[in-house]
Amino acid sequence: MKKLIILALSFVLVCSLFLSATAFATADEIVVGIVNNPPSESGYRDANVKDFERVFSAENKYSAKTFYSIKNDEQLNAAQQFITDGVDYLLISAAETTGWDSVLKNAQEAGVKVFLFDRMIDIDESMFEAAVVSDMAKEGQLAVEWLLAQNLDTYKIIHIQGAMLSDAQIGRSGAVNEQVAAGKFELVVQQTATWDEAKAKEIVESVINSKQEFNVIYAENDGMARGAVAALDEAGITHGKNGDVVIMGFDCNTWALEEVLAGNWNYDGQCSPFQADVISEMIQSLEKGETLPTKIVISEERGFDAATITREDIDKYGL
Amino acid sequence: MKNDIRQSGRSRNDFTQLLIPIIAIVSLFVFNMLRDPSFFSIALTVNNEGNYVLAGNLISILNSASELAILAMGMTLVTSSSGGQDISVGATAAIAGSVFVSALRNGNITPPVVLLGFLACCAVSILVGAFNGVLVAVFKIQPMIATLILFTSGRSIAYWINGGATPTVSSPIIKAIGGFIPGVPVPTPVFIVIICCLAFFLLFKWTNLGFYTQVVGINQRAAHLNGINSTWIKILTFMILGICVAIAGCIRVSRLGLINHETILAEIEMDAILAVAIGGNALSGGKFKMSGSLIGAYAIQALTTTLYAMKVSSMEIKAYKAVVIILMVFIGSPVVKDTTNRLLRKLTTKKIPAIIERS
Repeated sequence: MKKLIILALSFVLVCSLFLSATAFATADEIVVGIVNNPPSESGYRDANVKDFERVFSAENKYSAKTFYSIKNDEQLNAAQQFITDGVDYLLISAAETTGWDSVLKNAQEAGVKVFLFDRMIDIDESMFEAAVVSDMAKEGQLAVEWLLAQNLDTYKIIHIQGAMLSDAQIGRSGAVNEQVAAGKFELVVQQTATWDEAKAKEIVESVINSKQEFNVIYAENDGMARGAVAALDEAGITHGKNGDVVIMGFDCNTWALEEVLAGNWNYDGQCSPFQADVISEMIQSLEKGETLPTKIVISEERGFDAATITREDIDKYGL
Repeated sequence: MKNDIRQSGRSRNDFTQLLIPIIAIVSLFVFNMLRDPSFFSIALTVNNEGNYVLAGNLISILNSASELAILAMGMTLVTSSSGGQDISVGATAAIAGSVFVSALRNGNITPPVVLLGFLACCAVSILVGAFNGVLVAVFKIQPMIATLILFTSGRSIAYWINGGATPTVSSPIIKAIGGFIPGVPVPTPVFIVIICCLAFFLLFKWTNLGFYTQVVGINQRAAHLNGINSTWIKILTFMILGICVAIAGCIRVSRLGLINHETILAEIEMDAILAVAIGGNALSGGKFKMSGSLIGAYAIQALTTTLYAMKVSSMEIKAYKAVVIILMVFIGSPVVKDTTNRLLRKLTTKKIPAIIERS
């Protein structure tokens, strides 16, 4: 009896294996396995996931398997599962930069081509086809260049940082710190609000209460810029295009770009979650037998200025 | 005679319980006084909408501590009845705030709509509270474990309600709730805290809830034998905390007209528990003093505001906070408390030193 059950079970297992294999082999679809962080992580991630769903769809002749987790070990398991399932391409936005060596080696041995997006992994370049990533340092650089181009008489800056040591914080703080060291910028205060809108408001309130002068608020994301602006509004300090204080934010949420368009803010830096099109193009050229020109592709990102932003920009780039 | 002694002993105990949070907050103020007297300056300014409003660090402390103060009051009750803490308040506030925002985003924002939104958000929070309460009271799960469920899943639920991203609302009514009512120079959240305090005061005055809660917390079996339905009392305290969470969530959303399920009232549960502890309440339940938790909440906010005013660097701010909190908790520890009690007794009963020496 026991043997019978075991036999029956293994028969079912084998059958299911065949079934899944045949399901994969149908048509000339390209099978991709996508390992990402869950959309609930942030507005950025939500847009990122939606972008991949849009591009890697059945209409575009893709069959996509997806797995979302913020835990690295769960991501590793899922990636290994995708390799066993026999996907053609594996697209990874890793939760952590380490621990991927053996999985990616298995992928290489199985002939699965790996693309990294959004986040890099600490690994030799030969282990993946290409990486499409944001350069947070460049985002900060772009914003600071814009600020310098405004030719203000003085730069007295309130710098509101994100959660310390996060990628975005390090990248976006870097450019400001450089200018402070060079003597171009004067930091009135530099404090972390850990991405919290209300904490950003408290920080700006505290500067206003101490009656120190400032003319720029450099917040490392949109929410914190909103908090800072609320503090200015309560204190009767004007801001934005025709105001006393320059407001800068990051991420390009739709509502933030609306503020820029309305002239309440001066600048919003983009952090592009749109990597799917670039990866899809690269997969298509690999399918044609071409080789890829570069290993590391930096997402094209820009900043939006209150003086030049248009309604179309909001529709196209707003998250 | 014997009764008198016990009476005086209890009032002294009550006094030392409040003494500790008061010492904490006063020493923070003295520190600021020495550091920079202008810390306390309050000015009447005109905001960008043309209204006169009060501004200054003291106002900031009063204003910013509102959510924490309201949560600390609810947490005190839950702590007393269940002998444990609810660690899901931040996540539940995210759910409550999301419900509030999605109710507001359905159409024009008018006072009845805001009221309905608030009631909906209260209903959801009370449900969540009842869920936690049932797990704790009926299924006898440790409060921290029971509330761990929503602690982990709450913000994901909030995300799901929001449909991703960070929805915003803007309306003069919302601004009035989270900021200033035109013509009133004091921030509205301060009034909301006062209303909550009054509500609790009347609740304890008119009903036996405060007494029953303590009885259940001290000895559940004895309470049961005396005809108190301890299960229901525990669930009730969790539901009351639910209302507190709904109010705190609505205030926080209204401050900036934005809900971000990841950051809204993040880690506030720890501050709320800390406020209860600084207030001299036993985290193992039983007797409580809500005024202690309230002062504790303002002490925590005073510390945050002080650190911002001192411009402590981003990397060090948590370390500074930790040091002060260790000090506060140390002062409030039973051993230090007993020692101060004994010292106080020595000072006040100098007339009969012989008795004390003998004891």
